[in-house]
Amino acid sequence: MTFTVDAALAARRFEVSLSLAPGETVAVLGPNGAGKSTLLAVIAGLLRPDTGRAEMNGRVLFELGAGVHTWTAPHRRGTALLAQDPLLFPHLSALENVAFGPRSVGVPKREARETARHWLAEVDAADLAARRPGELSGGQAQRVAAARALAVNPEVLLLDEPLSALDIHAAPLLRRLLKRVLAGRRAIIVTHDVLDAYMLADRVIVMEDGRIIEDGPTRDVLRRPRSRFAAGLAGLNLVSGTVTAAGIRSAEGLEFAGQHDGPLDAGQAGVAAFPPSAVSVFLGEAHGSPRNSFRVTVTDLEPHGDQIRVRAGELSADVTPAASADLGLAPGLAVYFVVKAAAVSIYPA
Amino acid sequence: MRAVRRAAALLAAGTLTAALAACGPASGDGGAASGDSGAKTVTVFAAASLKAPFTALAKQFEATHPGTTVTLSFAGSSDLATQISQGAPADVFASADAKNMAKVSDASLVEGSPRDFASNVLTIAVPPGNPAAITSFADLARPGVKTVVCAAQVPCGAAAKTVEKETGTTLKPVSEESSVTDVLGKVISGEADAGLVYVTDVKTAGSKVKEIPFAESAKAVNTYPVAALRTGRNKDLAAAFIAAVTGPEGRQLLLDAGFGTP
Amino acid sequence: MNRRKDSAYSGIPRWVVAIAAAGALFVLLPLAAMVARVNWPQFIPLVTSEASLTALGLSLRTAAASTVLCVLFGVPLALVLARGDFRGQRLLRSFVLLPLVLPPVVGGIALLYAFGRQGLLGRSLEIAGIQIAFSTTAVVLAQTFVALPFLVVSLEGALRSAGSRYEAVAATLGARPTTVLRRVTLPLVLPGLASGAVLSFARSLGEFGATLTFAGSLPGVTRTLPLEIYLQRETDADAAVALSLLLVVVAVVVVGLSYRGPAPAGSGSARSAGSAGNHGSVAP
Repeated sequence: MTFTVDAALAARRFEVSLSLAPGETVAVLGPNGAGKSTLLAVIAGLLRPDTGRAEMNGRVLFELGAGVHTWTAPHRRGTALLAQDPLLFPHLSALENVAFGPRSVGVPKREARETARHWLAEVDAADLAARRPGELSGGQAQRVAAARALAVNPEVLLLDEPLSALDIHAAPLLRRLLKRVLAGRRAIIVTHDVLDAYMLADRVIVMEDGRIIEDGPTRDVLRRPRSRFAAGLAGLNLVSGTVTAAGIRSAEGLEFAGQHDGPLDAGQAGVAAFPPSAVSVFLGEAHGSPRNSFRVTVTDLEPHGDQIRVRAGELSADVTPAASADLGLAPGLAVYFVVKAAAVSIYPA
Repeated sequence: MRAVRRAAALLAAGTLTAALAACGPASGDGGAASGDSGAKTVTVFAAASLKAPFTALAKQFEATHPGTTVTLSFAGSSDLATQISQGAPADVFASADAKNMAKVSDASLVEGSPRDFASNVLTIAVPPGNPAAITSFADLARPGVKTVVCAAQVPCGAAAKTVEKETGTTLKPVSEESSVTDVLGKVISGEADAGLVYVTDVKTAGSKVKEIPFAESAKAVNTYPVAALRTGRNKDLAAAFIAAVTGPEGRQLLLDAGFGTP
Repeated sequence: MNRRKDSAYSGIPRWVVAIAAAGALFVLLPLAAMVARVNWPQFIPLVTSEASLTALGLSLRTAAASTVLCVLFGVPLALVLARGDFRGQRLLRSFVLLPLVLPPVVGGIALLYAFGRQGLLGRSLEIAGIQIAFSTTAVVLAQTFVALPFLVVSLEGALRSAGSRYEAVAATLGARPTTVLRRVTLPLVLPGLASGAVLSFARSLGEFGATLTFAGSLPGVTRTLPLEIYLQRETDADAAVALSLLLVVVAVVVVGLSYRGPAPAGSGSARSAGSAGNHGSVAP
């Protein structure tokens, strides 16, 4: 009863292998152009890979390769797509939009409308049934679009940044709603927002350059990121290098002392992760108990909550505005980033 | 961006110039004839059926009158009559029928009086194989024969109506064309089994059609009048050209083309 | 939403307005001149003569039939051209649009060699007992030939600006391609289809050259209003002018009633795909 997809598309340098258990929701994270939307398009049948195979509950969605050309058309796949734009059919009422899927597979009109009413109620949009898409706000339209996708009871629901076009008031509402309806439902959600991953997904995959570079339970990936992208989402500094007895040595030769997280052998590839809040900034070199101290050049300052985030290349530190002013921080200034070894976790890459 | 804009401007200017240039010849000819007395040009408006003999005659005329240019304009007689009434710069008008000449003379645009110089009669044109086996005018009314004639509004159609009346035959044409050229075209393409056209048209078409002469054609003889025009700028040359048309050389060329004597 | 207001800034330079006025005048002046020449006391008898009414009736019937054929063939053609992706697509588009720039008489000649008695298909059709030459069918074929590109062009434009994202969504919701076409694509491009059909009808109504060359001219069978005008002009200028005015009025009424311009406005129409999601500011 699992869903598996293996697909390669040379023109987009895309090569992905993924499987989902029933009821599992996977969040797909990654920078722009990483191939996240390509993944959804391949699964939905809107894009044909060069080679690969996909199977859902024992049914082959596609099998392409030397001599095999099995291809299931999009409308027979049992997927439903909820995109950034609601893409409600502008000539149909909200109710007819939601009833569209059931009616397309041959459900009688009355019954399809009943189903549509049920799902509209499910997304708190029962009162919008008679409205035309042009008369709905962005958040309302996206709720109706969610109902429309759910009304076909898809075997895998594909969500392509469903919240990113919504304003800050509408997004939390729809996120809560998605959390409710995605519970126990197989879904793949492409997102830029780590909050979506935390709230909606059981599992996270991180894509970069058309490939999956991280795959694991949401908590693990975000607590112990191995990619810079995931670390960025998790709000952690990430240094990759070689494991040493005391910690890790980065490619640039910097030594990081830290806590080994699990059994590690010296010489293997590992990463060191630590939050910017654990980093202190000094103008001169500090001395004392196990500390990591590096001379860096400030590249950027930006507000971060009630703190100031000090960026120095790939590393960041959070300081109070008062401290920032005292230190006279400005881009170009040479400072020392100091972090306690106890705050640095070291784990395999 | 600027280059694009300049290109667009040039293009627009070019288009405008071309458009104006295209309008040129129509007004330019008349201007040359009136403006420069040294340039001797005679402009002749002639019925389309006169194309072959008049083209040859114009060549002869230019040879016998050195320094003279004959400008010929061929079209349907009614079109030409309309153009002349609207002030087109013509010296001579040769019409395919009296009716259109009358339009011009009624408007007091004719110098002197028109002279008849040729006649033309109807004949039957059939595709080379004569698929419907037409042998007489009466055959045209046979059921199943696709006959094409001119509409009654144009001279060849009026002539056809006259023949119908005289012979007591009622044709059921599949099409009533607005010009004799269209009738001939339908016969040449094989769409029609037979068409009523002028003898001269069959002559022009050569082997593309076959002629089935019929005696009743004499009931409707079309007479061609020619006249100098009051609006003309070169009255002497106009008179000389009309003399050539009605003279022995003109007569011979018209006979060669299939026309009869008036 | 983006409803245009009278006071809105238009950004059109004055000299453009001046040239536009000249251009409009260039179109209107000849029509006005024609209207000025109408023999008004005789107008009603002229346009209600049997020949006129026969020609008008034939014109309306054949133009309607041609429009139906244009929709029948033009919708699939526009879909294939707008949505398809195949070799020779550009070439196909060029050929379909050819009648737009071809002199109608050339179209007539081409039709003659295809459907005429001696033509490519004509012979087989004649054996099958179907005769197209000199029939009303020939008129409809000639009109369809010249009018089809109008439908294809305006519908293809509508399809392209609507984009295929709605269709993709509909497919993932389980709709078969035919269902998508019927319930999503066609309703979305309905304004474009309507204006294309109206343009085709208007073009069919005005068809002259191809009909004259291919179909012939017989009252009630093949002599449409333009052919009648052309013939009347030979003998009766007043009748020709009166009928011309009639044709202008019919065309203006038809186009004015249903042609709403290339960019359909109003709430029921398709949004362009690009702006479809951006109605966050619309109050409920």
